[in-house]
Amino acid sequence: MCSTAAPGQFAMIWAPGVGEVPMSLSFMDGKDTCGFTVKSIGMTTKELCNKKKNDNIGIRGPYGTGFTSISGNCLLVGGGTGLAPILPLAKILVGKGADVTLLLAGKSKNDIPFLEDTQILLSNSKHKIVVTTDDGSYGVKGVASDYVEVLLKQERYDMIYTCGPETMLKKIFILAEEKIIPVQVSLERYIKCGFGICGSCSIGRYLLCIDGPVFTSKQIREISNDFGISRRNINGGKTPI
Amino acid sequence: MNNPVMLASGVVGVHPDIFPRVAEAGAGAIVTKSISMEPREGYPNPTVVEVEGGFVNAIGLSNPGIDAFSKELATLEEKPLPIVVSLFGSTPAEFGDLVSKLESVSVDCYELNLSCPHVEKVGLELGQDPEAVAAVVKAAKKFASRPILIKVSPHIADIVEIVSVAKDSGADGVTAINTLRAMVIDIESGRPILSNNVGGLSGSAIKAIAIRSVYDISQKVDIPIIGCGGITRWSDAIEFFLAGASAVQVGSAVAYKGLDILSEIVNGIEKYMNNHKIKKIGDIIGRSYSSQ
Repeated sequence: MCSTAAPGQFAMIWAPGVGEVPMSLSFMDGKDTCGFTVKSIGMTTKELCNKKKNDNIGIRGPYGTGFTSISGNCLLVGGGTGLAPILPLAKILVGKGADVTLLLAGKSKNDIPFLEDTQILLSNSKHKIVVTTDDGSYGVKGVASDYVEVLLKQERYDMIYTCGPETMLKKIFILAEEKIIPVQVSLERYIKCGFGICGSCSIGRYLLCIDGPVFTSKQIREISNDFGISRRNINGGKTPI
Repeated sequence: MNNPVMLASGVVGVHPDIFPRVAEAGAGAIVTKSISMEPREGYPNPTVVEVEGGFVNAIGLSNPGIDAFSKELATLEEKPLPIVVSLFGSTPAEFGDLVSKLESVSVDCYELNLSCPHVEKVGLELGQDPEAVAAVVKAAKKFASRPILIKVSPHIADIVEIVSVAKDSGADGVTAINTLRAMVIDIESGRPILSNNVGGLSGSAIKAIAIRSVYDISQKVDIPIIGCGGITRWSDAIEFFLAGASAVQVGSAVAYKGLDILSEIVNGIEKYMNNHKIKKIGDIIGRSYSSQ
């Protein structure tokens, strides 16, 4: 089922005996294969990274609402692990004949996955790839949102797609609002059930696991009290971002 | 309440920001997730697993604690629908404290969770002991200016006795039933899937047990009953009314149809009543035995 999911949708991945985490799908062939890209940051992701071929894991999904693709001039911005859903999105946009500018951002070169894949995918000269790193170890030194500002001065985009740290997303959203460009933003929250029943992933009036994780500009405006400001922690209380 | 269909505890109702949406979806009232004195993280994932006819969950009563919860509740500009706050604690004094802390907040009713099947020392462990139930209800009642419901489990030897004791101690109503202890094992890894191993089964799989529980209570104890357990369509609600419930709570069904299921059930009840020329729900409450 996940192999035909839309980019931006996620699945709950279970490492038996360790834990279960939501993961964006980073690869789906539309037939029978899907993939996740896992960075070892906690117990469950560490366990998943240690898995070998033929080891079993549990997968349930796909869940949530993914990105809606268009065929115009698109700017895609992925920060760190937020790049996971951006790659399959870029593939679909290229297939639709869209013009794609892809900005890959990370702390340093090691935090930029998918670089080779995207270079192959976007080899046509009508597309563009930019890399920014905080430490300047690769590409342009600086943060993604600064470079987005530069790009928005140069070119008119029909849609901005973005996923990554929420502070980055918020800066990009503000820039897009100034230029009146629609965005689709993929957010992250603490997810338990994944299908809209437990309420742990709520943001304002929305439940991330069914209404998101991809939100439109209109929805983002409705959750302005929380977007980039606070998130629900494991007990459901609000924690500043 | 505008209608007898409530959103059950533990479903979506954790964060007041979402309450207006629950009201828009047509709920007669919302029961919040169970709240305790102190914040509680609950169990690690996996906390929910789908089974035939429902779900087994062991969320573990996660909640931000009464202080954070009431503070957030107070930020609601206007109360979008009647609010029932579900409460849990391990001693009668804790229930008393919880109620007294909520008295200054605009809520309508308290539901004492005496039936959570998967957390030690609270919930079911209290709810199966008639003396403990009496003490808890009395402690809560002492501070409460609003009605008190108790939510009971069918896991006890005599559900009628527990409800009867609760009524004598001052309970104004009963919600029947909570989830039932259950487990799911993954055959590849050989392990139970839930991190807590044991969870509570909800959904249509438990409806017949809930109907029987409501039927038993209704015949023996003169107390308003809110039916809960496996209501996924309007006809289930009618069945609960006939068994003796005067309102119902919907939970797991939200997973299949979203919050829209609430208005779907409300509309279905109305249509049934029109078709059968029933003027008010009160006319069919308990009809399954009173008409025999």
